[in-house]
Amino acid sequence: MSLNLDAKVPAGDLKDKWEKHKFEMKLVNPANKRKFTVIVVGTGLAGGSAAATLAELGYNVLSFCIQDTPRRAHSIAAQGGINASKNYPNDGDSIKRLFYDTIKGGDYRAREGNVYRLAQVSTNIIDQMVSQGVPFAREYGGYLDNRSFGGSQVSRTFYARGQTGQQLLLGCYSGMMKMIAKGKIKMFNRREMMDLVTINGKARGIIVRNLITGELERYAADAVLLCTGGYGNVYFLSTNAMTSNASAAWRCYKRGAGFANPCFTQIHPTCIPVHGDYQSKLTLMSESLRNDGRVWVPKKENDTRKPAEIPDEERDYYLERVYPSYGNLAPRDVASRQAKYRYDEGKGVGPTKQAVYLDFRDSIKRDGKETVAGKYGNLFEMYERITGDDPYKTPMMIYPAVHYTMGGLWVDYNLQSTVPGLHVLGEANFSDHGANRLGASALMQGLADGYFVAPNTISNYLASTQLEKVTTEDPAFKDAEQAVILQTSKLLSIKGKRTVDDFHKVLGHIMWEKVGMARTEAGLKEAIDKIRVLREEFWKDVMVPGDTGNFNLELHKAARVADFLELGELMALDALERRESCGGHFREEYQTPDGEAQRDDENFAHAAVWEYTGTNSSPIRHKEELKFENVKLATRSYK
Amino acid sequence: MSSNNNMTLNLKIWRQKGQEAEGKLVDYRVEHVSPDMSFLEMIDVLNEQLIRKGEDPIAFDHDCREGICGMCSMMINGKAHGGYKNTTTCQVHMRLYKDGDTIVVEPFRASAFPIIKDLTVNRAGLDKVIIAGGYITANTGNAQDANAILIPKPIADEAMDAAACIGCGACVASCPNGSAMLFMGAKVSQLALLPQGQPESAKRTLNMVNVHDSLGFGNCTNHAECEATCPKGISIEHIARMNREYLKAAFTYHEKNRSEGGA
Repeated sequence: MSLNLDAKVPAGDLKDKWEKHKFEMKLVNPANKRKFTVIVVGTGLAGGSAAATLAELGYNVLSFCIQDTPRRAHSIAAQGGINASKNYPNDGDSIKRLFYDTIKGGDYRAREGNVYRLAQVSTNIIDQMVSQGVPFAREYGGYLDNRSFGGSQVSRTFYARGQTGQQLLLGCYSGMMKMIAKGKIKMFNRREMMDLVTINGKARGIIVRNLITGELERYAADAVLLCTGGYGNVYFLSTNAMTSNASAAWRCYKRGAGFANPCFTQIHPTCIPVHGDYQSKLTLMSESLRNDGRVWVPKKENDTRKPAEIPDEERDYYLERVYPSYGNLAPRDVASRQAKYRYDEGKGVGPTKQAVYLDFRDSIKRDGKETVAGKYGNLFEMYERITGDDPYKTPMMIYPAVHYTMGGLWVDYNLQSTVPGLHVLGEANFSDHGANRLGASALMQGLADGYFVAPNTISNYLASTQLEKVTTEDPAFKDAEQAVILQTSKLLSIKGKRTVDDFHKVLGHIMWEKVGMARTEAGLKEAIDKIRVLREEFWKDVMVPGDTGNFNLELHKAARVADFLELGELMALDALERRESCGGHFREEYQTPDGEAQRDDENFAHAAVWEYTGTNSSPIRHKEELKFENVKLATRSYK
Repeated sequence: MSSNNNMTLNLKIWRQKGQEAEGKLVDYRVEHVSPDMSFLEMIDVLNEQLIRKGEDPIAFDHDCREGICGMCSMMINGKAHGGYKNTTTCQVHMRLYKDGDTIVVEPFRASAFPIIKDLTVNRAGLDKVIIAGGYITANTGNAQDANAILIPKPIADEAMDAAACIGCGACVASCPNGSAMLFMGAKVSQLALLPQGQPESAKRTLNMVNVHDSLGFGNCTNHAECEATCPKGISIEHIARMNREYLKAAFTYHEKNRSEGGA
């Protein structure tokens, strides 16, 4: 077997590629659109915007979400903002600069053509969302306000208080509701995708579990869009929602979709630190806080004084010290790693020492409490509710946590995976962020994919592909469904002694320690061994109560953790094979004398794309070489 | 942040196998509760205990666990989300309770929210209210430059206050009439405040109110329990604005039957 990794990036000048491609792609005439059905799995920014737009174009859309309503997808939790190269503040931004920042921020491991297109359509996104009534922050003159974010020296981030993701998602949701009213979207809530159905090599349907009744359901279509988010929950503790999972993408991988760069995970520097074994998730404090908050630790090791008692000369504002030009707005991977170094040096703060301060004392003194409250009030309240501390009076304590996964299913320029007809959008794909994503760029990518890219490329696929008529009676549906039934009954029949969460926590611990912020060859090999053992134990000793015929939350979790136990191993394997440091992937063996990531462009300027070869054989690592024609590869420096 | 796992709590939790089944409060005792735990993490601990004993864990809705998705939905001691100011259930922390406390946990109760299992209810009615018109008909690709529409900051801020609704349904569960007027008012008000929302305002308001009433949500009789319990602090002023929009629309809006044939 092999994977076809032709990226299909159109030839020609970078800035003309997308226009040219849009003109060259085939269209489906309006009367024929209603003959096609498209499945969209997931209703976050990518899935919601794609479903609404495809329905507006005239396609019949079947939309699936895991929550009780599409308005709850985890895009909703994004706080800080969305980037767009509008250059409203007149501070030197441009499409080219956003493109360049994104390529550089991703440590030169993303595809030029895709990233340039992302920067191009970013401006349309803001226009679109405003037209739908998204209440972005405004200045007194009525114009849209901007702020700055990590990894950039311009202010290009649009925001709606600390709830930008929520407001954008509700924009997509309202677009979906409009098309549900018109009968063009059929909505299926509380459904989880259990498998992809391929017929004659093309994606033609899905098997889902109705989470209320436990029944399996079959849906057929002409194309499938996977918009199911990332796999950060492999670490058990992350900023992802509880039901965020990798199963839909993983099942597609097993059906032939290449999985690219699984080791590229983002550890976000500003999260509320872990405080107990019972903890179920981690909460992010928006990166926007670094606009006004200063990050520091005591200069002395094991300093137990209260922060207010530590005078300025005994504080190490380490981001400002190490990165004078970007300071507290150094990109995420860099800021996280620096926090870890402080912990390693014994300078961490708080009861567990796994924390650093994020201090607003100076900005409150400079701008007044009211101004600070206007920008971050809801975040400060949230912090106080969770920790019991008031950040107006005492610095926040923060520490890095798993937040986002840049890796995902491989897609070409059309966002199509290696399985024809299976298109992958948003965080679920690998396309735009390379080895590290910049803040406020996830919302941008999800909406770019869903509103402006996929609707064009899906039409091209439908217009240029021979699609046989299929029904859910096709044997391929029966086979896929049977595989799910078998797995389910196996999970229920083990009746072991350990709970699903118990296994998940052990896996998470292995991943965080060995496949986290710093990785080594020995550690990764150890992780692979341990995960294999854990997986065997899981299939012998997991305890799943109840049966299939009802709302069995433990069963749903068990199936997801079974997949995490496989994906975790692939992540470790990918990290092992990538013998360089880049972005969020930091191999201790490959660093500069001052502790920065050392890339190996000669051998690793490629996306690693993994091909599944069966339960008992190793996956095959393929490469998509990345060609940089417009950007000169340079050592990434934020100093 | 303390780490002493020292509290013991007595819980009375509503258990109900399905919509038609009979439900009842069941007593549970949870030990070693840390004040830093969230309320849902405390239930997680209880559920792990139940699973280990081979019992059916308590079904409850939750997802983001950071107070924004609107999925969590419990009545804690008779109050939606526990009744703490601007707080969802997932953000209620155990430091708000004392060792030995008895806590009663029930599902959101409203005739428009049938119980699915235990503490999980069906809130599909809220989507139906939005489907009736809670949007601006702006198809992808039509938009003019975002700064071509100027919106004064105070108006944008007030629209944002309304838009902050997370659709949890606490307003419905707290209302003696089981009304979703705060939920609906927040959306009507957000869109009525913004210039982009004007063209469809009358039709939107009439349709949404009609659908709301037909789904079994009650009317508003100004108890303001919804405002008191709303985890996003949404004001009943938005219900007032919706009522004004409704009155205006009732007198002025007439759907005209026009054929749209072309040459």
